[in-house]
Amino acid sequence: MIELLHTIQQMGQNLLGAAWMPVWTAVKILVIVVPIMLTVAYLTLAERKVIGFIQVRIGPNRVGPYGLLQPIADGVKLLFKEIIIPSGSNKFLFVAAPILTLTPALAAWAVVPFGFEMSVSNANAGLLYILAMTSLGVYGIIIAGWASNSKYAFLGAMRSAAQIVSYEIAMGFALVCVLMVAQSMNLGDIVHGQQSKAGLFGWYFIPLFPMFLVYLIAGVAETNRAPFDVAEGESEIVAGFHVEYSGMAFALFFLAEYANMILVAALTSIMFLGGWLPPFNIAPFNLVPGLFWLLGKMSFVLFLFLWFRATFPRYRYDQLMRLGWKVFIPLTLVWVAVVGAWMQTPLWLW
Amino acid sequence: MSFETLVFYLFAALTVFAALRVITARNPVHAALFLVLAFCSMAGIWMLLEAEFLAITLVLVYVGAVMVLFLFVVMMLDVDLVQLREGFWRWFPFGLLLAAIMVFEMIGVLGNRQTAGTGAKLAKHAADYSNTKELGRLIYTDYVYAFELAAVLLLVAIVAAIALTLRRRKDVKSQNVARQVSVRREDNVRVVQVPSEPKAGAAKTE
Repeated sequence: MIELLHTIQQMGQNLLGAAWMPVWTAVKILVIVVPIMLTVAYLTLAERKVIGFIQVRIGPNRVGPYGLLQPIADGVKLLFKEIIIPSGSNKFLFVAAPILTLTPALAAWAVVPFGFEMSVSNANAGLLYILAMTSLGVYGIIIAGWASNSKYAFLGAMRSAAQIVSYEIAMGFALVCVLMVAQSMNLGDIVHGQQSKAGLFGWYFIPLFPMFLVYLIAGVAETNRAPFDVAEGESEIVAGFHVEYSGMAFALFFLAEYANMILVAALTSIMFLGGWLPPFNIAPFNLVPGLFWLLGKMSFVLFLFLWFRATFPRYRYDQLMRLGWKVFIPLTLVWVAVVGAWMQTPLWLW
Repeated sequence: MSFETLVFYLFAALTVFAALRVITARNPVHAALFLVLAFCSMAGIWMLLEAEFLAITLVLVYVGAVMVLFLFVVMMLDVDLVQLREGFWRWFPFGLLLAAIMVFEMIGVLGNRQTAGTGAKLAKHAADYSNTKELGRLIYTDYVYAFELAAVLLLVAIVAAIALTLRRRKDVKSQNVARQVSVRREDNVRVVQVPSEPKAGAAKTE
């Protein structure tokens, strides 16, 4: 596999010379973005199916066998719908907002490693880059809410801004714990730090268990997923920030939300669940390619997302703020100190 | 012209354009968004200087948090532009004077060979060089007092901001979550055993 990649790179170098570098990067980007888009499409189907089964329904089963063509039908429908621009809206920002939401969701994938040295950019400050990119996603939502010139959209945007700023702090501190333990901000090195003879017991979710939970929950909040979907809140503010959007513009918000979900799943797997490492370093487990372990862990986290949505009622806005500021932030602050002290003792095994 | 120079001029032009639009845009929301653009292109320039930590932190802190709150506030306010523009020409000379002082200060700092590395070639580092580690080492050794001082300053600002906005209001209801969580079924529901009556309808149909 690695040899094949090297041969391709060699061939390209010989063929195109200096122009090869952008071409190769473009190929790498496509190799990541196309599967993400396909995963997004089928994640929507999986969501409807899983929630259907949880609620003792069948879910979509009309288009194709077992409803497998449903996402394609939905996509085609959205493509052909008209994008209605409200008359009092700010046209430029109204159109730019969905793009601004989707771009950071995809850009963050640049530093995600899918295996040993398998990422578009093996950046040293990878963790920081991820945090920066995920924090940019809120602009699309705020701008969409403001540019729509609609009360409901504006309320949704305001809620989203407050929510994301509060949960980002807890999320950041949870990641500080990870980088303290791994002593690196490179995501590849973080996975390496979890490699040990103990297999699954060497992963960071054991010493950092509270941080694992905080990150997962803050991740659900950052992606505006139920039970933290106050920005949409269909029973209170109709559809929140994207109430005025239709057709493909709406689909972009949808894509961004699911791409962000997959991103949070990937990051949780990489930082807490050992990334591409097998749970036990013995025969049947370590024969499976690392990519499949990573995808398996991501699927598990994504299933949790769907499970949450089917199980919990939506948080009320003030309860959401309380959870972020009064529970998560003190907890993470304490845990940073605990981990710092713990690492100095011989009891630290990771 | 190398590729890097080209990128630099692109980002520099974008920064200057965005910064100008921040002060000339009529709509305050547009102005705030142009400020975001200025920050982003500035981060690009810092990235060219291999200051990746600072560049990403600029995006993370200023674009990701500070400007979100800025936009939040600016969108909520009903800004009256006419009122804002009142007295523009009266204060114009004063502003001009301030700007001139700032320009001279900048020239003084940047033109001084001891404070800025003008002309000196930047040392290139290997790809695995972590400037986060380097920065951390400097902050916690050579510049520890300045760093601590900045931290204390920020803490004072936080305390002051909270003290300014914290006020008790009598008419606000709040919930005690600890009490809500510790509620047992027995606290709210009472199961009463009611002795069953003889069937009312049963006697009649007989």
